[in-house]
Amino acid sequence: MKRNIPLILAFLAGLLMIVSEFIPHRPFSNMVETLEEWFMIIAGFSIVLGLASLLQMNYQKISTKAENWGYHLACVIAFAVMVIIGALWGMEDQPGLLGQGEKIISWLGKKPFDYTYDNALVPLSATMFSLLAFFIASAAYRAFIIRTFESNLLMISAVIVILGRTGFGTMLTSWIPENYRFWQLPVLADFIMQYPNTAAQRAILISASLGIIGSSLRIILGIERSYLGGDK
Amino acid sequence: MKRIITILFILSSFTWLIAYETPFFRAKDRPYDKGDAIILEWKLPAAIDSVQILKADSLGVYQPLFIPTEGETSFVDQDLSYDTDYQYRLLAFSSTDADSLQLSAYAVTKQNWFYLDKLAYLLMLIILSAAIIYYILAAKRGKEFFIRRISGLDSMEEAIGRATEKGKPILFVPGVSELGDIQTLSSLSILSQLAYRAAEYNTEIIVPCRFSMVLSAAREVVKEAYLKAGRSDAFREESIFYLTDDQFGFVAGIDGIIVREEPAANFFLGSFYAESLILAETGLSTGAIQTAGTANAHQLPFFVVSCDYTLIGEELFAASAYLSRDAQQVGSLKGHDFGKLLVIVLILVGVALEIAGISWLKSFLMGAGA
Repeated sequence: MKRNIPLILAFLAGLLMIVSEFIPHRPFSNMVETLEEWFMIIAGFSIVLGLASLLQMNYQKISTKAENWGYHLACVIAFAVMVIIGALWGMEDQPGLLGQGEKIISWLGKKPFDYTYDNALVPLSATMFSLLAFFIASAAYRAFIIRTFESNLLMISAVIVILGRTGFGTMLTSWIPENYRFWQLPVLADFIMQYPNTAAQRAILISASLGIIGSSLRIILGIERSYLGGDK
Repeated sequence: MKRIITILFILSSFTWLIAYETPFFRAKDRPYDKGDAIILEWKLPAAIDSVQILKADSLGVYQPLFIPTEGETSFVDQDLSYDTDYQYRLLAFSSTDADSLQLSAYAVTKQNWFYLDKLAYLLMLIILSAAIIYYILAAKRGKEFFIRRISGLDSMEEAIGRATEKGKPILFVPGVSELGDIQTLSSLSILSQLAYRAAEYNTEIIVPCRFSMVLSAAREVVKEAYLKAGRSDAFREESIFYLTDDQFGFVAGIDGIIVREEPAANFFLGSFYAESLILAETGLSTGAIQTAGTANAHQLPFFVVSCDYTLIGEELFAASAYLSRDAQQVGSLKGHDFGKLLVIVLILVGVALEIAGISWLKSFLMGAGA
């Protein structure tokens, strides 16, 4: 019974979503929005679960003085600070327990929550994102090492695309007559991106879409149930 | 003579009637939709210089809606409410004529019972579903199907074995999407199989989650797997934990785990975006055996470069069936293959028809059936 009820619900919800995709008449027309709202409500409740997990895990590390426990302490302190300043003065236009906090806004320029968010979280996120530049360089270096016929092809097309997207590539092949324009690097780069690259991406997308249909059907029919934890 | 003049006069009248374009402005409900749009069409004499379309608001006051460019003869007013009467007015100005032209039209939005432009999708869905169900039933009857080897999934045993030998944990990241994403569900299905094997080998499995809903499902999946393996005592709830909803905060957290705990095997399976390379490269730097899989085609190159094994697109969705070897699930994979065959045939026929100058198949598939 514990397993059957979720399976019945999954079947009904899946069927409703499929039907509402093809029927524009109410009640099917707004079914997707309604179910999405339900999902958001359930997700809202589950945030408590996430927070409990976060605090439990960090508390455990701190209390046992596990290796690098200082990082966990920093995490809990940061969490507590954000909760407290958010509760006291609110965020953006929303007031907190102490109102809008005009005095503190005149001092900081914005609410403490927004100030901390903009000056701590946003730069930290940007730092993580900027790591991509270095990782792309190291990954590209490894990918472009010529070992096999395929990696040779990859290297050649990568060089064409990289050069074709720069002014230097344009300059290198600008002498090629208009009748043989195809061999100019920018045109060749566009060709590679537009045809072989798009074709390969679409092949992956089509097969993934078929996989999604198959997986969805397995879930709707209750054949695939390991996401619920098991078969019984 | 009189007769000839009369005939000429009648003929010239007809010619004038033919040459004169009767201006019109009409509004009609867009067919086969959810009653949220009205199509406006108009035809005006050539002497018109500019046109403006107005719409009556709830108080009946006409407000500017749209200014058509030269040559435009239709407009779709969208985001409307169903079963509602909408009134429109067209104002046409001419510098040569003294008077402007004013035409009115109204229409009522109606909800329909079928999106005709989705007929092709419905047919494809019915054919595909029928094929998948047919193969599932065939597998149920005992027919055996061959599935090609997926090295990324075969490597799972190797990865767990290595983690066990080194006494290091296994890291499993179920993507960065919510539980509503089918990739996350597929990822959790793989987690179920992986946790079962990890429980058998008594190897720790770490599952950081970005969303609380995923956390809840992942905990249940791992717990059941340990129970199935008869190792419920080894299950540690705190190994499956929530990090943060923030995308790069989540990445930073996982990178920290990779660097500090140095897992022997990393699994990145699910939906990934800009963080894919950051995760995979950090994992590579620790020398872990890495398996990744996603249906987000734009992230696949990053995983291919930095991971030992990559599940490409559909392989992620086939993983659960492949690992469980459940006859019914394997049967459904044959249904996918039928779908692929159908798509290949449609592409070939479509290309041939387009070359021959016949476009109805393309129009039908693109949803121009309405």
